[in-house]
Order: sequence, then C-alpha cells, then structure tokens
Amino acid sequence: METTATGSTAIAPASRALEVIGGDLTEKSLRRYLEGIAGVDAVGLEARAAALGTRSIKTTSKAWALDKIISLIDLTTLEGSDTPGKVRSLVAKALVPDAGDLSTPRVAAVCVYGDMVPYAVEALGRAHDADAPGRINVAAVATAFPSGRASRSVKLSDTADAVAAGADEIDMVIDRGAFLSGRYGLVFDEIVAVKEACRRPDGSYAHLKVILETGELNTYDNIRRASWLSILAGGDFIKTSTGKVAPAATLPVTLSMLEVVRDWHRLTGEKIGVKPAGGIRTSKDAIKYLVTVAETVGEEWLEPDLFRFGASSLLNDLLLQRQKLTSGSYSGPAYVTID
Amino acid sequence: MSTARLGVPKTYKLYIGGKFVRSESGRVYEVATRKGGPMLNTVNAAKGSRKDARDAVTAARAAVSGWAGTSGYNRGQVLYRIAEVLDGRRAQFAEEIAASEGVSDTAAAAQVDEAIDLWVWYAGWADKYVQVAGNANPVSGPYFNLSTPEPTGVVAVIAPQGVGSLLGFVRAVAPVLVSGNTVVVLGNERAPLAALSLGEVLATSDVPAGVVNILSGSPAEIAPWLASHADVNALDLLGAENLDWVDLQIDAAETLKRVLPPETGPDAGAPSIDRITFFTETKTVWHTKGLL
Repeated sequence: METTATGSTAIAPASRALEVIGGDLTEKSLRRYLEGIAGVDAVGLEARAAALGTRSIKTTSKAWALDKIISLIDLTTLEGSDTPGKVRSLVAKALVPDAGDLSTPRVAAVCVYGDMVPYAVEALGRAHDADAPGRINVAAVATAFPSGRASRSVKLSDTADAVAAGADEIDMVIDRGAFLSGRYGLVFDEIVAVKEACRRPDGSYAHLKVILETGELNTYDNIRRASWLSILAGGDFIKTSTGKVAPAATLPVTLSMLEVVRDWHRLTGEKIGVKPAGGIRTSKDAIKYLVTVAETVGEEWLEPDLFRFGASSLLNDLLLQRQKLTSGSYSGPAYVTID
Repeated sequence: MSTARLGVPKTYKLYIGGKFVRSESGRVYEVATRKGGPMLNTVNAAKGSRKDARDAVTAARAAVSGWAGTSGYNRGQVLYRIAEVLDGRRAQFAEEIAASEGVSDTAAAAQVDEAIDLWVWYAGWADKYVQVAGNANPVSGPYFNLSTPEPTGVVAVIAPQGVGSLLGFVRAVAPVLVSGNTVVVLGNERAPLAALSLGEVLATSDVPAGVVNILSGSPAEIAPWLASHADVNALDLLGAENLDWVDLQIDAAETLKRVLPPETGPDAGAPSIDRITFFTETKTVWHTKGLL
C-alpha cells in the first residue's frame, strides 16, 4: 500500500491498533502515537540490565534454570548450506538433546528456512501431533529472511508456503529501511498482511514472531517504537534479531522489549512473547535472560508460549553444564554432538 | 641524604589462554620475600581455583588444533625461541629462584642454565621423534603400513613440588609440548615464581595463546578437578607424590586418560624421549603401493 507525502492515507486495520489508537487509523495517527511514546533512558536501561546480570544462580536453582532454558529453545539452523539431512539431525537433537541422559527436556521448537519445513515436520513425526506430549513446534523464517528485501507478494507467498507445509510459527523480518526512514505505515501494513498470510484453511493462525533486527535500528528509542509497532500490528512475539547481523540479542535490548511487553500487558491484559536470538552461547548468559524476564514481566512469562531463545550452540553448553551437575566433574565438547 | 627507592611489590598472576589473569576466586597467597629498596617485599601469587582450571582446559582445548597442526620443524623453532627468550632473562629467573627456594645465587643460576639447555634439547626433538617412534611396518601384501605418533590433545601436568622449581617445570612441560599437545600446568606450590615468570617468557615468544596454561595454588585442591575433567586427555602426575595420587589415577581412569605416575628424587622427570612419546597416540594407515 502506498503512503503519501501528507501521511494521511488510511492503513490496514488491525484490531489491536484500532482499540488503542482509535478508529481514525492512518499513517499520521500511527506516527503521532509512536512518536508520543516516551524515550528510553539508555544509561538507566544498561545499568539495570547489568545489575540483573550479576545474580548468582547456583545448585538446585541452576539445575532448574538449565532445564527451563532447554525447554524454551528454538533450536535453529539457518545456513545457506542447510540440507534435509542437516534438518533431520537437528530434529533428532531436538527430540533427544542428550542421549546419555533421557531426563533432559525437549526443546520448544526447531527453526528452519521455509523450504526445510516439510523435512522438519516429517522428521518430527508424531512429536509434531497437536496433542503429543513434549510436542515440538516447527518455526519457519519467512518474508525474504534475513534482509527482507523483496516485494510484498514474494514475502506473502513465502509465508503462505511455510504455513501450508506445516509450520506452526512464522518468524518474519520487518522492513528496517522503511522503519528507519519513518514510513511506519508501510511496516505496519506489511505485518498485518503477513499475519493474514499466516491464516490456515481452518481459520486458525500460525504464531507470528516479528523480528526487529535491533542491530540495525541503532537506538533504544527505535527498538521501543518498533516493538510497539509490531505488537499493534498483531505480532504474537517480538524477536530481537535474525542472528545474521552483529550485534544480535543483548541484555539491554531484550530488557527494553520486555518493558514494552509489560506495558502492553498493563494496558490491555494481553500477553505478548519475546524471543532474543543470536549471540546467546553460554548457559551463564541465558540464565541472565531468565532473571531479566522474571524480574521484568514475571515468572509466568517463562513458558514456551511467551519466551523463547533463538539459539544453536547454546544447547550444547547447557548440556555440558547439566552433565557437570549430574556427574560432579567437568564435561567436554567430545560428549555432545557436533552441529 | 640518600633517597632509597621504594620497591614495587609484584603479585604474580595466572597465565591462561595467553592472558595474565587473577584467579577467578580473587585469592592470593604469600610465596616469597625479597629485597625491594629499603625494606623487604612480600611477593604474592594468585591462588588458582577449580574454575581457573576449567577455563585453562577450555583455552588449551581451543589451542590444540593449531599447535598440533603446525609442522614438527616449525614447532621446534617455536620451542627453541622460548629457550632464546629465557636465556635473555637469566638474571631475573636466578633471583626469583633464590628468593622463593632459598638456595644460593650460584645454585639458582646453575638451575636456570640447565633448564635452558634442556629446553633446547627438547626443541630439537620436535622434528625427529616421529622418525624414532613411528615405523613402516612389514606386511605381506602390496601395501605400505605406516604407524606414526600424533599428539593426544590436552595434557594436565602437576609440576615437581620440590627444590628446582624452574628445572622441574621444564622437565614436566617441555616434552609434552614437543609432539603438539597443549598443557594445563599446576606449578610448584611453594615456589611458583619461576613457572609464572616463564609464562611471561611464553607470552613474548611465538607460542600461540592457550598452548601452555599455568596455574599457581594448591595442587591438592585443583588436581582432582583436572583428573576428573572429561576434556583432559592425559595426566602427568610427575610432582604429585604428596597427593592422593592413587585417587587421581582412579578419577582419570573414568575417562580413559593416559597417566604418568609421580617420580621422586633429583632424577624425577629426567630428560627422556619416553616423556615425549607417552603423550601421543599411534595412528596406523594402510596405503597401496603403486603398481607400475
């Protein structure tokens, strides 16, 4: 949808935006709303994040945290060199993360490129059934991931393909170029359109995660604004990064997004999910995120429906830490899979 | 009126992954007293913890592929360069040995010379031990059957704890490095200065970061963590005669480590090619002969 220089063109209606901004939903009213959001105290935010990162989590709390983190992981492979075989081994690891310890919980989902969804679904087999205990979702990145530089129709068919192939969750990227040049309506419309493309024939929707790519948004103010925009347009989850741009997820960025989610919950009673992705490689880092979630939005967010880690190498570190807790001696990379 | 200069008291730090770090635990312990201007200075060293050992193993593991991947010739040059740099700092080492071991200056200097010479001797083996330990095996067929030693990986070493802190350290560490292993060393507990200063020599020579990691502190406290560490491939108990080293062997057996037992007396860890070949794995390959 074209936006005009006057910025008064009506944008696609989305029920949340209509409710919060009002019936007069235009590019202009959206911009007025987003630019009216208070700025972020960057120094305070980073200090708060740093303070949350200093908690000491040991013994039984650590054991609980490790298992919780595993159950919140979107186990990811997003390489140009991915093959059906690679996806099958990823799924095997998602189902049984540690063959030496079957009490290890399963991850929440596997996250793959759209064309790999059929292989992931097939490899999961009954673990992908709606009522399966320990069900593992299939998440697909769509909308010309990771750059998002493709026409609207390509992005929508990319999304629809993945949903038709059985993806339960769609990770879309926003148009950062449009966002940074202030064309909020364009970004908004695109999220609304992708959300519509997530609709299945039976009327249900695949979960929509909106990737802000915070590494390209430059300021915390922009991250806060993009978070609001994504939620208003109908995103079920807001996700930090694609993992292809540095810096990816950082604790302050995730904290600022959690604050938006907290504010949205206060405003509407609705719970939005958050997914930091990229750059979280150690158990120690992941535990800092758990603390931040619990302290910002509350422990009820520590469920796969509301919080996820987008990660690949993190799982191995969690397994090594778990082995250390179980056996009492340090483990090594020879005791986990090579991904 | 003479203005006596105030000495600079030094706290020696651990050497892990090519960096000089304080112990993660924040602990230090007193290791020597020496003259520093108008008064005696207490010299402290970092007291390593199990987590320092864990970090050291991680650093050593990361360094294995690079160090084992260099040619024997190149490794020999790098090891020889250590001896060169060490030779340029003989006075410092002699002073530290005298201060921490309480031996005479002459004895300390002699120990430094012997350590340097030993380092040169081991450096020479780097491109030769394969010829001695490897073999072209006789087979009754049109094949070559070749056995060649390869480094085992990460080796944890407990350096000799008695008199001769520098020489003992070199006797324990140099042979392990020759084949391309990386090491985590627990230095002499009471006299760790020579080992920690050798870290400064290593940092300024051509040894890649993580190839040698040096911890000071209590071997009784740290050794069990290294013996049971699943990512350590071999254990040299050379200086462990006063520890419960049978328990260490049992811990090491859990993950099938190669283990060398403690040695005592002045000949402990005496120069030998066996100390090089012990920390290797034999790879045997078959290859067809060309049928022309």
